[in-house]
This record gives sequence, structure tokens and C-alpha cells, in this order.
Amino acid sequence: MTIEEFSFANFIKSVLWLAFWILTVVSLIGIPILFILLFYVEPPEIAGMKITPYLLLTMITNPQVGAPLIRATLESDFFKVAVFPGFGFASIFATLLIFTERKLLAKMQIRVGPHYAGKEALWWIRQFGGFPQLIADLLKLIGKEIIIPASADKIIFLAAPVTMVVASAGLVSLIPVGENWVVADIDVGLLVIFALLGFFPLTALLGSWASNSKYPFIGGLRALHQLVSYEIPLFLSILGVVILAGTLNLTGVVNAQSDIWFLFLLPIGAFIFFITALAELERIPFDIPEAESEIVAGWLTEYSGMAYGLIQLANYVKLYALAAIFVTLFMGGWSGPTIFDSIYIFDSLVFSGEELSSFLWFSIKTFGVAVLMILPRGINPRIRMDILLRTGWAKLIAISFINIFIAVALIYTGVV
Amino acid sequence: MSDIERLNSMLPNSLSVEESREKGILTLSVGPQHPGSGHFRLIIKVDGDIIVDAEPDPGYVHRGEEKMCEYRNFMQNIPHLERPVIADSCSILYPYCLAIEELLNIEAPRRAKFIRVIMSEINKMIFELYWLGIYGIFLGHSTMFMWPMADRELLIDLAELASGARVTHAYFVPGGVRNDLPDIFKDRAVRQLKYFRNRLNEYSKVFYENPLFIDRTKGVGILSREDAINLGVTGPVLRGSNVPYDIRKVEPYDVYDELNFDVKYMKDGDCFARAYVPYLEMYESVDLILQALEKMPDGPVRAKLPPNPKGKVGEVFKRVEAGRGELAYYVISDGTQKPYRVKLSVPSFRAIPAMRKLLIGARLADMPAIYWGLNYWPVEADR
Repeated sequence: MTIEEFSFANFIKSVLWLAFWILTVVSLIGIPILFILLFYVEPPEIAGMKITPYLLLTMITNPQVGAPLIRATLESDFFKVAVFPGFGFASIFATLLIFTERKLLAKMQIRVGPHYAGKEALWWIRQFGGFPQLIADLLKLIGKEIIIPASADKIIFLAAPVTMVVASAGLVSLIPVGENWVVADIDVGLLVIFALLGFFPLTALLGSWASNSKYPFIGGLRALHQLVSYEIPLFLSILGVVILAGTLNLTGVVNAQSDIWFLFLLPIGAFIFFITALAELERIPFDIPEAESEIVAGWLTEYSGMAYGLIQLANYVKLYALAAIFVTLFMGGWSGPTIFDSIYIFDSLVFSGEELSSFLWFSIKTFGVAVLMILPRGINPRIRMDILLRTGWAKLIAISFINIFIAVALIYTGVV
Repeated sequence: MSDIERLNSMLPNSLSVEESREKGILTLSVGPQHPGSGHFRLIIKVDGDIIVDAEPDPGYVHRGEEKMCEYRNFMQNIPHLERPVIADSCSILYPYCLAIEELLNIEAPRRAKFIRVIMSEINKMIFELYWLGIYGIFLGHSTMFMWPMADRELLIDLAELASGARVTHAYFVPGGVRNDLPDIFKDRAVRQLKYFRNRLNEYSKVFYENPLFIDRTKGVGILSREDAINLGVTGPVLRGSNVPYDIRKVEPYDVYDELNFDVKYMKDGDCFARAYVPYLEMYESVDLILQALEKMPDGPVRAKLPPNPKGKVGEVFKRVEAGRGELAYYVISDGTQKPYRVKLSVPSFRAIPAMRKLLIGARLADMPAIYWGLNYWPVEADR
């Protein structure tokens, strides 16, 4: 049907026919099949209630019955891992960070940045015109072919991006977003963070070696060199926090900062952690493994399509994770004054006021730190490998020992 | 000893295939499809991070400009001769116009000479800004790319106001310039150049005083004064190596001897000096244009010529200072309407021996800084 033949009556008629057929098919075939299936399946139990079809039907007439289910779902493991505070939250945060980065850099560079995509749909928020550009980019990456070099090691080549996403999700799972709001609240959280951070350059090396190409190979070796230069100061800077907090548990670290943030007690440690986090993220000025003008795209050279997209996703999730770790270690994590009222639905609790406030404070602090991590890209050129090695070994390690001495002195004098 | 033998004796010997295999040396072909090469290939051998051999391989965009000149008459040569350097299109036409004027025995009117100085300096700044922007990209500094590119638009607007075209102006002709400047040109030029000078002050704070930029460029790729002279580099590269040599002072053409300006030079001869000299020269260019606008008389802008002029029998050699250095034309005429031979001596081609000299022993990460710092423009070198 072309535009000329279009008539409103026909349109209504076709919609009604469609509704009629859907209703017929669902009531005659769908509902009987559903009931037959439910007869054999054991209903799950949430918040002391068996989720039976009968219960779901009663919820239509009496919604009060289902209200406790909301809180129970929010506290379930699946929700925590997949949505909040797990990977879904991190991905959305990362998307926001990508948009912020593009707009912020554009402002610094006398440009407009993404502007046209969705300009009409989002006319009421002018600053966010261009936000759908990210969706367009994602669709483009999904639509592209993943080209695997002829002599590449296929399995390792494709495993590297997936491993990166998994490792960055592992980082996310350790971060407490509020009191008891953490996916994995383990006693040796900081040790796991050390282990995961050391894992990323190995992924880069594996991916680059599997590409069987010269530029990626150089990029992978550079990633390892970079690891050697920043990892020790990174760990030493966290050691100061561990000495003051007396625990490796991240929730414990946050609770230890109830009086004063460690940022004010250990400013040197915070500085070193910030610098080395930039190096870990391979962001400018430390994007040596991806140096575009020297080695094409470094270890990413042979990656295309969604394989490349996954690596970028992992990078931005990692940016969120490291900003969040900085907030947890030095800026008191989620702590902050309570400004919200609790949310109740039919007298059963959904979110308490403390929880909502802690989410807000955590998000604001993390976003601020992440923006600070983005900013150096606008004003700095790329640093050279030997300069980074010299800085890492000769300067950062030295002052991170000073940081540890300060931490010990604070304990000894009884300030903390 | 011939010139080429002398040049070769100054450069290190290249490695044989067996030698590089034994030492585990990796050969990289940087270009012609590489984000940091342009239409140019550089075969680099690296031992770890250190470059042990570098072989420049130009010639990917050879168009035969010199031969093309022999099939066209003096006027028809203008539009195609500026194609090798579209970012600096007036400077590459300038010596051609000077040479043909001598062959045809005419002189440009005085106003045209001032206009040529103005346009040549504007084009030089357009080129230097473009160069600076790409230098930023080569060092991984994205803002250093965006700012000069944005400010370049101001100068391109000025050039467009004068000539009607944004990059390839075809504005200089033997006997003057194609058309007079519009009336609003002077006011707008003064306003935009003053704004541009303020922007230049910000460049220094944001780019040149950045400690990481200094780390990357200071002491990297040092070209000593003797090497710079012997290898024959010109322009900002030569002036960066403590040689205050500028054709505008040494051999003033048109009205450069009536205008006040300094030859800017640096003593270090490293990448920072080569990046800083063009920046200092932009201040001089702004001053030169403002002076020329003040002193410019009224009058015609183009000497009268017959439709298809014939040159006198003879040869002529003219050179000017372009954005990349000394640009010279050697034209032979046999008394017909077409030149018998046109030879371009371009500054980019002279950078190749120095490139090999500087790259060997440098780090791989310094390769882009050294390569682009030498003001090498592949299309111009290939002609």
C-alpha cells in the first residue's frame, strides 16, 4: 500500500483484525499450553510465597499481595549480578561516560560533538541532542563483519575481547554501591582487584599474539611493559589504605572512612592511584599500547566489528570500575547525608531513604572522578614508554613508600 | 666526489637481510597505508624499541608536474602547478611567477607586489597551522589538532575573500595577481589577525609549555648545525638547527626588503626547536601582513600582457621562502610560447636524507615526531 492509497478507515480495520487474531490465537492455543506446562513445573518461591499462576491472577484484583515481591526481586542474586549494582548498571554508567567524554572533549576543542542523531526526538533537552549517536554506533558495530586474519589463532583471537568484558565485570561485582548493596562481599576484595587488574594486559598480549601481525604484536609487548611500570606503584598506593582501614574488604574500607575520607589523610596515595589508574585504563596520556600514529591501533589493529565493540565496552566499564574503586578507597564510597524518604508500595519497603541517598552519593562521586579521568585526554600528548618506565619506577614507587610511612605514622600517633 | 657520494658517505650503512635475521630485527613497512605516513613509505627496522635502519621510499604520488609544464603555455601552467601543496598553494606558484616575469620582461605593479606578500604570508600561516595540527595528532594530542584546524578557518576565509577559492587559489599570475582585493579586505584582515594573535598566545600556554610535550620533543632527533647545512635541509628545520637563513632576508624578492621582520631561529636542533620555529614565524607573518596592509598603495594589480606571450631565449632561477623552506624554480625558455624545461626544487625532498640520519638510533615512538617535524610533505616531494 502506497501513501496515496492510505485511508484511516482501512488502517483502523487492519488494527482491529490484528487484535482479533492475536486474542483468538492466545486464548485458544497459548493459555492451554501455558497451563499444561505449569502443571509440570515446580513454582519458584520468593519472600515466602509460592509464585503460582493463581497468585499472579489474584495480583490483578489485589495488588497488595505482590508488593513484598518487589523488594525480594531487588535483593535476589540474579538481579544484583545482571542489573544493579552489577553489569547492567555499569554498562549504562559507561554509556553515559562515553557521551560525556565526547561532549566534554568537543567543548574543549571548539567543536559541537555528537549533535544530529536524535536532534528532533530530544529537542526538549538540547544538551542531550546526539545521545542516540551511541545507539547508532553500536548498531554499526553489530552490523559489521568480524574479520579474522587468515593465519590468526581463531579461538584465542576471539576469546580475548570476551575475557576482557568478563574481567571488567568481575571488577564491577566487587564494588559496594550502598550498605549491603554489593554483588560479591568477600573478605579479600582488594586482593581480587589486584588479580583482575593484572589480568588485562595479559589479555592484550594474548589477543595481539593471536592476531599474527606485526603492529598488534608490538602493541601487546608495550601493554606488558606498561603493566610492569605502573602495577607496583598502584598496589603500593592501595597498601596505605589497607594499613589505615585494617581490612581488605571494600565495605570495611568504606566503613573505616566514616569520620574522615582517606583522601585527606593520604593525598599522595590518592594521587598515585589516580595516575596509575589512567595508565591501567590505557587512556591518553598513557595510551602507549594503542598509539595510533606509531603502531596503527596497537593491539586492537586486527579487531573489527563487535569484537572491537566488546573491547571498547570493557574499557569503559573498566573506567567506571576504577573510578568507583577510587571513590571507595579514598572518598568514603557511598557515605553521605540522607536526603530521600523511603519508598513504600502498599506498606512494604522497596528502597529505604539511606539506600537511595547512598546510590546518589556514590553515583555523583564516581561520575566526578570518571570525568576527571577523562579530562587529561584533552590537554596532553602521548607519553613515551621509557619516560613512563622512569616515572613509574624512579618517582612513583619512591613517593608511594612515603605514602606508606605516612599511613604507619597516622596509626602510630593514633590519629586514626 | 660527486654530491650523491658525499651524501651517502654521511649516512649510516643499511643492514643486509642476513644481518637483520641474525639479530632478530623486525621490519615494519610504515605506509603508504598507515595513519601516520601520508602518501609515503618508510621501511623501518626495529631492534626492540630502537630503530636500527630506516629507508624512505617516496614516489607514490608522482604526477610529472615538470613534464606537464612543457606541454602548456606560461599561463596554463598556473592551476596545475599549485596542486602538489594545496595547503600552501600561493608559495609554490610564487617563484614560478617571478621567473616567468623575468622571461617575459615585465614587472608586476607595486600594489600587486604587496598583495603577493600578503597572500603568501597568509598561505604560509595556513600551512603552518595545518602542519601543527598534524604534529599534534602524531603526538597523540587531539586538542592540538582541533585548535589550529579551527583557527586556520579564519585565514582560509581571508584567502577566499581575496581570491574566491578556499585552498587552490590560482591567484598569482605572471605580471601580478588575478584580481584586486575587495574593499572590506583590510578591515577584516586587521580584525581577524588581531584575534589570531591572541589565539597564538594561548597555543604557547596549552601546547608548548605542557611538560609532556616537552618530554616528548626536547632532546629528540637532534640535528646538529653542521649536519643541517651538509644534508641540505631548508626552512624551519634549518632555522631550528641554529642557522638563521631565510630567503626573504638573503635574497629579498618583491617588497620584502621594505618590510621589517626578524628571522626566528632556535639553537637546539631538536624536535621542540623544529616545532617552535614555525610558531614564532606565525607572529612575524601576522606583523608582516599588518605592515603590508598599511604600506600598500593604490593602483593596478596586473601588468598588461599579450594573449599568448613568448618568452625570451634564456634561463632563469628564482626562489622564495615557502612554509616548508626554500622553494626554487629553474625555467629554460627557447623563445616559444611554452617553457622548454621547468625544474622544481622543493624543500620536502631535501628532508629525506636528514630523515634517515635522524631516525636511525631513535625510538619507535619518536618516529612520528621526527618524521613530521622535518616538514616533509610527500605530495610535494614527489611532484
